[in-house]
Amino acid sequence: MANVTITNVRKAFGSTEVLHGVSVGIEDGEFVILVGPSGCGKSTLLRMIAGLENISSGDIAIGGRVVNNVPPKERDIAMVFQNYALYPHMTVRDNMAFSLVMAKAPQAVIDEHVRRAAQILGLSDLLHRYPRQLSGGQRQRVAMGRAIVRDPQVFLFDEPLSNLDAKLRVQMRAEIKELHQRLNTTIMYVTHDQIEAMTMADKIVVMNSGNVEQIGEPLELYDRPANLFVAGFIGSPAMNFLRGQLRDGAFVTNDGVALPLPPTGHGAGNGTDGAPAVYGIRPEHFQLRPDGLPVTVHVVEPTGSETQVIANIGETQILCAFRERVMARPGETIHVAPDTALVHLFDADSGRRYDS
Amino acid sequence: MDATAQAASVQRLSFVRQPDSWLVRLFDYKPFLVAICMLPTAGLLLVFLTYPLGLGIWLAFTDATIGNPGEFVGLDNFISLWDDPVFWLSVFNTFVYTFVTTIIKFALGLWLALLLNHHIPFKAFIRAIVLLPFIVPTVLSAIAWWWIFSPQFSIVSYVLVDRLGWLDHYINFLGTPWAARWSLIVANVWRGIPFIAITLLAGLQTIPPSLYEAALLDGASGWQRFRRITVPLLMPILSVVLTLSVLFTFTDFQLVYAITRGGPFNSTHLMATLAFQRAIPGSQLGEGAAIAVAMIPFLVAATLVTYFGLGRRKWQQGEAND
Ligand SMILES: Nc1ncnc2c1ncn2[C@@H]1O[C@H](COP(=O)(O)OP(=O)(O)OP(=O)(O)O)[C@@H](O)[C@H]1O
Ligand SMILES: [Mg+2]
Repeated sequence: MANVTITNVRKAFGSTEVLHGVSVGIEDGEFVILVGPSGCGKSTLLRMIAGLENISSGDIAIGGRVVNNVPPKERDIAMVFQNYALYPHMTVRDNMAFSLVMAKAPQAVIDEHVRRAAQILGLSDLLHRYPRQLSGGQRQRVAMGRAIVRDPQVFLFDEPLSNLDAKLRVQMRAEIKELHQRLNTTIMYVTHDQIEAMTMADKIVVMNSGNVEQIGEPLELYDRPANLFVAGFIGSPAMNFLRGQLRDGAFVTNDGVALPLPPTGHGAGNGTDGAPAVYGIRPEHFQLRPDGLPVTVHVVEPTGSETQVIANIGETQILCAFRERVMARPGETIHVAPDTALVHLFDADSGRRYDS
Repeated sequence: MDATAQAASVQRLSFVRQPDSWLVRLFDYKPFLVAICMLPTAGLLLVFLTYPLGLGIWLAFTDATIGNPGEFVGLDNFISLWDDPVFWLSVFNTFVYTFVTTIIKFALGLWLALLLNHHIPFKAFIRAIVLLPFIVPTVLSAIAWWWIFSPQFSIVSYVLVDRLGWLDHYINFLGTPWAARWSLIVANVWRGIPFIAITLLAGLQTIPPSLYEAALLDGASGWQRFRRITVPLLMPILSVVLTLSVLFTFTDFQLVYAITRGGPFNSTHLMATLAFQRAIPGSQLGEGAAIAVAMIPFLVAATLVTYFGLGRRKWQQGEAND
């Protein structure tokens, strides 16, 4: 078990730099989730921690020891690869047992660990199969099993559940969380799944094209995103953005619609009057109110638990999600009110949040 | 919907499928297709492979000589070979030659392939050089080796005696049986390595690098990665290359005939060179053919052992879907 400290790490492949100075501090036993759009450098960062890519500049320390030049074998890290990397010539059992065999563990210990991992992952009936005889989701679970038979300092998971069906994913999510509570090992976990990120993480790291945009607890990112990127990335469906200006303590969109500001003021400080700004409001933070803003309905999408309405405020298209059922038809006008306490305001130029 | 689209849909509605002509149906008939597709290949094989092979086997049971078609003599040729010490020497030589060169060729070839599979400077250039012995016509390289093994002009002797002074006399590479055998083995290894190195390199390149990364994280050392990842994943291609190499070496003729002609005192004859020696210069076609036919069981056995012993593995079987 160990903490991981990443300090100003850069990575260049040839002349293209893909990580531009990433710093993340991970406490011992913490469950950290890495999110970000495809190609932003998540896998590269994990591979650098594992020691599979060299570090162009900066430091990575595991348990207080800088490991830049420590070979992967000595870092004591277990990783689930995005492409599984199962050994095609070994059965599921041998795949899972490989690291223990390499560590010269006694046969009884190996058997017990493999049996338990297989049970957790629902692979008990497949132990004698070869990887080619497995479905994508089963292979992914074997890859997971290969990591969890060990007791490493750090787990690195690169989208380990992406190929599972919804039910299995929920089940595996619980298993991983339980595993973490039991072993209390530091985990770094990459996912594209919002729910996974929000429910499992102690801390989320949001990355965007080789930079860290924000680090924080899940609800912190949801409640107070530091910039437009995080605001748009965290939360599903994504936050609505309306462009406009702050004028006389009010927000006016570019097409002239005045929107209500938080009761505490917008926190923009002095000198922002007339400055271009972005008004952010999550779809679930609209309410149907007779005294609300008139919006024109485009599409109504009932999902069962809620109703999503795509509508226009002036020229801007927004998405609202209501708990109640909305019977409006396309073309009709409904009245919605943003929950002013949950409005986010951003500087349009820098993208930064105003009141942070 | 615009006019053309409308027209198209009308046409589709009015289209009635015509029954296929008998020709179309004939070509859809699988047994017919199989037969007609096999015909050219089967014909070529029959004319160019089966006929000479059949003729060779027939000759082995006759007393044909050059200019005389000969008569069927049953097993006479084989019986006389049974009591022929030169024949048994050639069998012994062929086995030693095949066995020793195959081991050396595979050790060095695999080593070269592993080296070339790494990132090294001038990789393309080095690969081209490795391929060189394979590109040069065998007779040409045989002549070069003959020159290297020459009792008077050998560059090896020249370097060892005149330059380094490590020896006080020129080496007689081809003058005594065992020296000649080892000389031939060296030449054959030189000639055979490229084929093995390049094919094994191709095999190595099919192994995904991520497997090595996974093994690295699983704590496998360099040797363990080689033993547990490289070797098993290379086995399928290795077995094919091994089979081919054994076949090529067992039936080798050019190198030996060009360098020693079986000498000194028939001590380096392989079965192939002895067969030729007896059949053409010695004009005993029947006896030469019998020696050649005697190679067949050995070749079949070698093929079966290497191919089925090391061939397809359970983990490979079934349909590929990735
Ligand atoms: N070996 C390489 N050589 C050159 N560029 C690379 C290499 N590996 C990755 N990259 C580039 O680095 C960037 C980050 O890649 P990475 O695999 O880390 O993305 P990711 O965040 O894991 O994406 P995804 O969510 O799709 O898995 C990409 O733009 C990719 O093209
Ligand atoms: Mg990735």
